[in-house]
Amino acid sequence: MRRNLRHATTTIRDKRLRAVEELPDWEGLRDEGAALKDHALANLSEALLDLEAAVTARGGHVHWAQDAQEARAIVAGIAASHGAREVIKVKSISTDEIELNAALEERGIHAIETDLAELIVQLAEDRPSHILVPAIHRNRAEIRDLFRRKLGADLLTDDPKVLAEAARVYLREKFLSTKVAVSGANFAVADTGTVCVVESEGNGRMCLTLPDVLISVMGIEKVLPTWADVAVFLRLLPRSSTAERMNPYTSFWSGVTPGDGPQEFHLVLLDNGRTDVLADEVGRQTLRCIRCSACLNVCPVYERAGGHAYGSVYPGPIGAILTPQLLQLEDKNANTLPWASTLCGACYDACPVKINIPEVLLYLRGKITGDKPVNAEAVAFKTAAWIMSEPFRFEGALKLARTGQGPFVKHGAIHALPGLLSGWTDTRDLPALPAQSFREWWRARPLPGGHAAGDDAQTSEGERLPPQRDDRGPA
Amino acid sequence: MKIDLFITCLNDALFPRTGEATVRLLERLGHDVRFNERQTCCGQMHFNSGYQPEALGLVRHFVDTFRDADAVVAPSGSCVGMVRDLYPKAAEWAGDQALLDDVRALTPRVFELSEFLVQRQGLEDVGAYYPHRVTYHQTCHAMRVLRVGDAPLRLLRHVRGLNLVELPAVDQCCGFGGTFSVKNPETSTAMLADKVANVMSTKAEACTAGDNSCLMHIGGGLSRLQSGTRTVHLAEILASTEREVFA
Repeated sequence: MRRNLRHATTTIRDKRLRAVEELPDWEGLRDEGAALKDHALANLSEALLDLEAAVTARGGHVHWAQDAQEARAIVAGIAASHGAREVIKVKSISTDEIELNAALEERGIHAIETDLAELIVQLAEDRPSHILVPAIHRNRAEIRDLFRRKLGADLLTDDPKVLAEAARVYLREKFLSTKVAVSGANFAVADTGTVCVVESEGNGRMCLTLPDVLISVMGIEKVLPTWADVAVFLRLLPRSSTAERMNPYTSFWSGVTPGDGPQEFHLVLLDNGRTDVLADEVGRQTLRCIRCSACLNVCPVYERAGGHAYGSVYPGPIGAILTPQLLQLEDKNANTLPWASTLCGACYDACPVKINIPEVLLYLRGKITGDKPVNAEAVAFKTAAWIMSEPFRFEGALKLARTGQGPFVKHGAIHALPGLLSGWTDTRDLPALPAQSFREWWRARPLPGGHAAGDDAQTSEGERLPPQRDDRGPA
Repeated sequence: MKIDLFITCLNDALFPRTGEATVRLLERLGHDVRFNERQTCCGQMHFNSGYQPEALGLVRHFVDTFRDADAVVAPSGSCVGMVRDLYPKAAEWAGDQALLDDVRALTPRVFELSEFLVQRQGLEDVGAYYPHRVTYHQTCHAMRVLRVGDAPLRLLRHVRGLNLVELPAVDQCCGFGGTFSVKNPETSTAMLADKVANVMSTKAEACTAGDNSCLMHIGGGLSRLQSGTRTVHLAEILASTEREVFA
């Protein structure tokens, strides 16, 4: 799994850097993207009402879903009202968020993923592990075996062309026979009621034009006030996600047009925790996310742990801040995600809309820790802070540690420690505390004038602390 | 100029040689180095682990300690990153306007060693001599938070006798991440394994960086593998001369 991931992320990472370098002012474009998103978020209610009015005026229907349950009921209800046994799906991570497929299945409606990677994941009864490349953890040989088993395809090789053709044959039949489609949305334009999907394979175009009924599920943060805003994101998104100058298929639709495309259009506006994120001054920037997955591809933790380790439909750095917030910091597993980072900052540098992911990670860590009952870790940190709040305590603790480390030290290093710290020493050595700390050296150092540094004026300030003097003694 | 050394708690306790080297180097360059003994820890460990009220006490302590300094220099990109990037946030999130004002007044005077030398003092040749094959690890905080750029490399290129070899995947995190290394040991170790393999591929005698926290991690991996490659803080290389060998 790690090898598959590394190969894929490294390839995308390098390609992305080249695509970004082509633009003369990428940094300026990032700033613009961030500012436009912030502006849209600041005026979100107004934009959403405009969007609703415009969609309705063009013959579409708008539904407001406060949570996942409401959204599932709305979509399943519409599909059932048309007697659908199957629906085709495209570009719909928000439908993964609300666990739509299972809800449809319960009502006897089978959802078919049409994105190649989503299809692979679905056929394997697996879960997506990447926002953009959901089957990134699978290699070609695995996919060939899967298609043989599930699609009955007679595949002689694992050549990507052959694999794609097998999927195409299967999907073509579904596109032509299925009457209801479910999509996500990359953007929506408030003033014209236009919804947009950006994709690479053309399956989106099929889903959006062939069926009679189209249901689009969209997070409320995806709305932009005007077309001019969309133009900026169409430059930022492809380069950041697939490292392309422009993606192959960009579809826009506004309501319904008699005789052309779906004759019934439903737009489901999904809140599902987003209003709460919006209300949080630090966390709000998370909603700028355009789901490009650049942060996943540069994240060293994602590369090693894989998408499934995040236990969320939004993996990687963005998932580590988005998921716990959407769940209002109430989910025990999601609340561990903000610690799944070394804070190396690669995600922040890569983000096309400048979400300061490390900042939000730290902010969430503080909130989650603050809400927790006091445990052993908290006692340790509180004690450490008390020790560090006065230099003489720090020095005393150092001397204690120097004595205490004795049994663990071999040849100047520590090779095994008990308890939590074994997490370090199982694979790494730790240097032993030296006999003299820096401040001890400083006090004892001879100066050109022939006296020790401890005699000079600067240090005497420190010596006014009585306990420090008391604390001195043989190490 | 008058420089207040911020040694950082990790260097004070575990890597005093780095502190000595920083003092010798700055004095050799004609600065008046002071060490205010009231200093302890920048609070990064607490802040990053989610213990933010506890960190706030240490932020206040740091600000009080260095309030009157002309310039504070530390041999750590990570701790200076904490001060410059996160102190203002810590004060803001705590809603402490007075602390925020103090922090804003102080942070423009706090520098990481290489950025102080190259970006503030315009120095690249500090008169060092270190006749070894060395590779340089770019630490995340210095690179992405402080934007020290190639300041450490400029300094290293001017060290006489030093054979600088490029580290593959230099921009990749070593996997330390403070408590991350203990809380997520498997992922941390997987990242370390790649870093160590890259260091060893250079056949360098020493791997250097501006942060002993990262070097402690990389060094811990190199030592476990008995690789023979050592880690050495940038300050110790820069302090070394023909007459005085620091590292």
